[in-house]
Amino acid sequence: MADSMTAAVTAAAQPRSSSLQRLARRRSSIAFLMTLPLICVILGLVVYPAGYAIYLSMLSRRMDEFVGLTQYDILIESDTFWLVVFQSCFFAVTAVIAKAAIGFWLAHMLHHIPTKGQRKWRGMLLVPWVIPPALSTLGWWWMYDPTYSSLNWILAIFAVPAVPWLGEPWWARVSVIIVNVWYGAPFFMIMYLAALKSVPEQLYEAAAIDGASSWQRLRYITLPMMQNIISITVLFSLIVTFANYDIVRVLTNGGPRDLTHLFATYAFQVGILSGNIPRGAAVSLFMLPLLAVFAFFILRGVNQRNKEMN
Amino acid sequence: MANVSLRNLVKEYDGGVQAVKGINLDIQDHEFVVLVGPSGCGKTTTLRMIAGLEEITKGEIDIGGNVVNDVPPRDRDIAMVFQNYALYPHMSVYDNMAFGLTLRKFARSEIDKRVKNAARILDIEALLERKPKALSGGQRQRVAMGRAIVRDPKVFLFDEPLSNLDAKLRVQMRTEIKKVHQTVRTTTVYVTHDQVEAMTLADRVVVMNHGIIEQVGPPQELYHHPTTRFVAGFIGSPAMNFIPARVENDAVHLADGTFLPIPDARRERYAPAAGRDLLFGIRPEHLTEQRIGPNRADIIITPEVIEPMGMETLVHFHFGDARDFCAKIDPTAHAAPGERLVLTADMSNMHLLDAATGRVL
Amino acid sequence: MSATIGRRSGSLRAERRWALWTAYISLIIACVIFLMPPVYMLITSLKTNADIANLQGNPWIVTNPTLEHYRSIIGNPLFLTFFWNSIKVTVLTVVVSMVISVLAAFALARMRFWGSQWLATGVFLTYLVPDTLLFIPLYQIVGGLGLLNNTWGLVLVYPTLTVPFCTWIMIGYFASIPKELDEAALIDGASWPQMLIKIFIPVALPGIIAATIFAFTVSWAAFVYPTAFITTPDQMPLTIGVVSTLVRGDTFAWGQIMAGALLAALPPVIVYAFLMDYYIAGLTAGATKG
Repeated sequence: MADSMTAAVTAAAQPRSSSLQRLARRRSSIAFLMTLPLICVILGLVVYPAGYAIYLSMLSRRMDEFVGLTQYDILIESDTFWLVVFQSCFFAVTAVIAKAAIGFWLAHMLHHIPTKGQRKWRGMLLVPWVIPPALSTLGWWWMYDPTYSSLNWILAIFAVPAVPWLGEPWWARVSVIIVNVWYGAPFFMIMYLAALKSVPEQLYEAAAIDGASSWQRLRYITLPMMQNIISITVLFSLIVTFANYDIVRVLTNGGPRDLTHLFATYAFQVGILSGNIPRGAAVSLFMLPLLAVFAFFILRGVNQRNKEMN
Repeated sequence: MANVSLRNLVKEYDGGVQAVKGINLDIQDHEFVVLVGPSGCGKTTTLRMIAGLEEITKGEIDIGGNVVNDVPPRDRDIAMVFQNYALYPHMSVYDNMAFGLTLRKFARSEIDKRVKNAARILDIEALLERKPKALSGGQRQRVAMGRAIVRDPKVFLFDEPLSNLDAKLRVQMRTEIKKVHQTVRTTTVYVTHDQVEAMTLADRVVVMNHGIIEQVGPPQELYHHPTTRFVAGFIGSPAMNFIPARVENDAVHLADGTFLPIPDARRERYAPAAGRDLLFGIRPEHLTEQRIGPNRADIIITPEVIEPMGMETLVHFHFGDARDFCAKIDPTAHAAPGERLVLTADMSNMHLLDAATGRVL
Repeated sequence: MSATIGRRSGSLRAERRWALWTAYISLIIACVIFLMPPVYMLITSLKTNADIANLQGNPWIVTNPTLEHYRSIIGNPLFLTFFWNSIKVTVLTVVVSMVISVLAAFALARMRFWGSQWLATGVFLTYLVPDTLLFIPLYQIVGGLGLLNNTWGLVLVYPTLTVPFCTWIMIGYFASIPKELDEAALIDGASWPQMLIKIFIPVALPGIIAATIFAFTVSWAAFVYPTAFITTPDQMPLTIGVVSTLVRGDTFAWGQIMAGALLAALPPVIVYAFLMDYYIAGLTAGATKG
């Protein structure tokens, strides 16, 4: 992609106009036309709404008056909002760590079994990722049902007392995290498996001849080789998990007592359901700085990876 | 069919780096010209400018009497064979060869005739329905050539077409390319870094280095009468040996102290160079244990490494300041590392070069 | 000497066997947990209402299997409307996204022009913008266009979910096509559109399939936008339809809900089952082809 810059520079640096250059210029106008729909999507449906959101968040509730940062002030002073901040961060961090750990473990296990069996296992293990989360969460909701919980029935076999899955705040938080981990771990698994497969076998053979134990091979070959992909996946998942909506909306709808709300569900509740559009916009905009930091690191990771691969 | 002329051709990349520094070359109709040189010498850039894939910074390219600087590749009536074959992976061999003709809206029957004919020339008639994936390297190379032949263009361009083949196949395909050229007689420009390929295929070889043409000529002329140190060293394998020298009293005085008499026929030619810093050059094949024949001079050496090649044996040794001197001796002759060996230089095949300019005297 | 080597290779084999057992046990446990919710959904959907309400006995087995819930959900015109809306929105979104991203990716991968580098980065950045960040301004914008509570409003905004990633992976696939292939086509006489249609699209077909699958699954599963923009059942796609209309009142018709959810999840699962390799290629393309 770096070439594109140099090509553009060459084209600009030569004032002499040949018909080949005219052709090149025509080529760039065709190229521009071909990317125009994409540019429209990005500008019209991402950049403009983002700017519009900032404007919206500075209006009064009835949207007839410019009130500056008042909406943000109100939020910062509200206890519920800080609960949302806490819950979002707690949710994202624990869920991503659990997903990454489980995904890494499973990818490793999958990588160790004979190749011809891998396809079948991989096929089954990716199922949670394939079902639309809003729908699979319905299944979880039913398994968490206070009266009929089939999970509690299984726990009862091991003499574990019934768990108030969605009724008690901490359990509700854990329940939400479980569903998210269940849904997202296969994604990590598949990414890590792809990364594992891209490590050349000779490296392991060389290390084995050098006398490395399996733990040392993991520590000195696998992890460094996968480092980049691990960080990209984790950061990407942090964004998606942080901004999650489906699971909480179906499972708890923010309850009990607004304790499981995430930024997205809270913004939805405030902005759409209660009709306070400006404050809803302000809530979701609070996600922006964190997301920007993650995005920055992802981009850096991707660029590094590109450089390494070239 | 057409001739191709390059006039003061320059290619400059951004930042002022010149890949081609103003070259002139006239290629005759039906001629097979090979551009040869080390990587980065500008040979591929020149070829790509002829193809229209690279813009021309300065100068002109003329194909068949028309300046084509501003003509896009498809209208130049050329065909090109790429190093990695560049076969369309989703098309059968037949469709690969027919693609250019289909785009040019040729009649079905005409396309069929041409493809079949090219397939016959290249002996790939049995492969026409296959996909490139199912072909071996040599077969892919044939298809790539077939794609060029069916177009019946003014000029064939080959960009290192044999580099991706193994040694044995490369020799075989080299012969194949020569045969095809003898059949279709299309003007051909062929780029390679392999001087053996250049020597065996070309009517004329163009040796390039650092963006300029060092020498143009038929293979034998380049071998026997190189004009620059670069050409002298580049053509021939193993490469020509060089050692600093001076001319004194009709003899070459080598840096290590050896005196070698200059053959009578060359005395006049070298007389003016007396006293200047020179390089003495001699090919390994002219440095042997054979002691019979005119114009021979002995040198005494101690071999370091002996490499038996079968039909000949290579002897590597230190000679004065020159670290790797090489001689080709008869495999039956006795030679052992560390044992004194007397060689003779065939002085009628010697070369003297100006050490400062690198020109052959 | 030979004895020690023998013992060593024996312990090596034991170690390897132990590793294999760990792997299989982990995979079996993971499979059981990962497949538990959908299996339980299936079990519930096959039970009679009486069995579902029965607190005695094992909830994980079906004693009197019945298709009654499937029959009633398929007979429910509302559910068919949801299905139809989902198909309509998804197909339109997939077509629009693929046209936009293939054209743009071709231009970005091959026809370098001023700012193309920035645009490529921009595409990646927009891919990182989650849908929940912008649904409120989009709600206002769609409302301003009079498209609230209308499937066309969804078709308008869904490309934000699909286009950036599809473009991104198509750039990767197109960039992996060797440059000599376009040069050969250029010399063979192809114009830019011919090159795209006759060379790039067929050669990058696996990428196109992967991107199409991605666009399909994402638009089928989209949830935030329809919950925000759609209020009446007749315009609802499946996800929100099943979640909001079937789940109503105090007595949940669990059998029906589960049957509906499973049927709604079926299209992506079928696509996955038949095109798993493309699906996974698309999933990992963002990271491995970036």
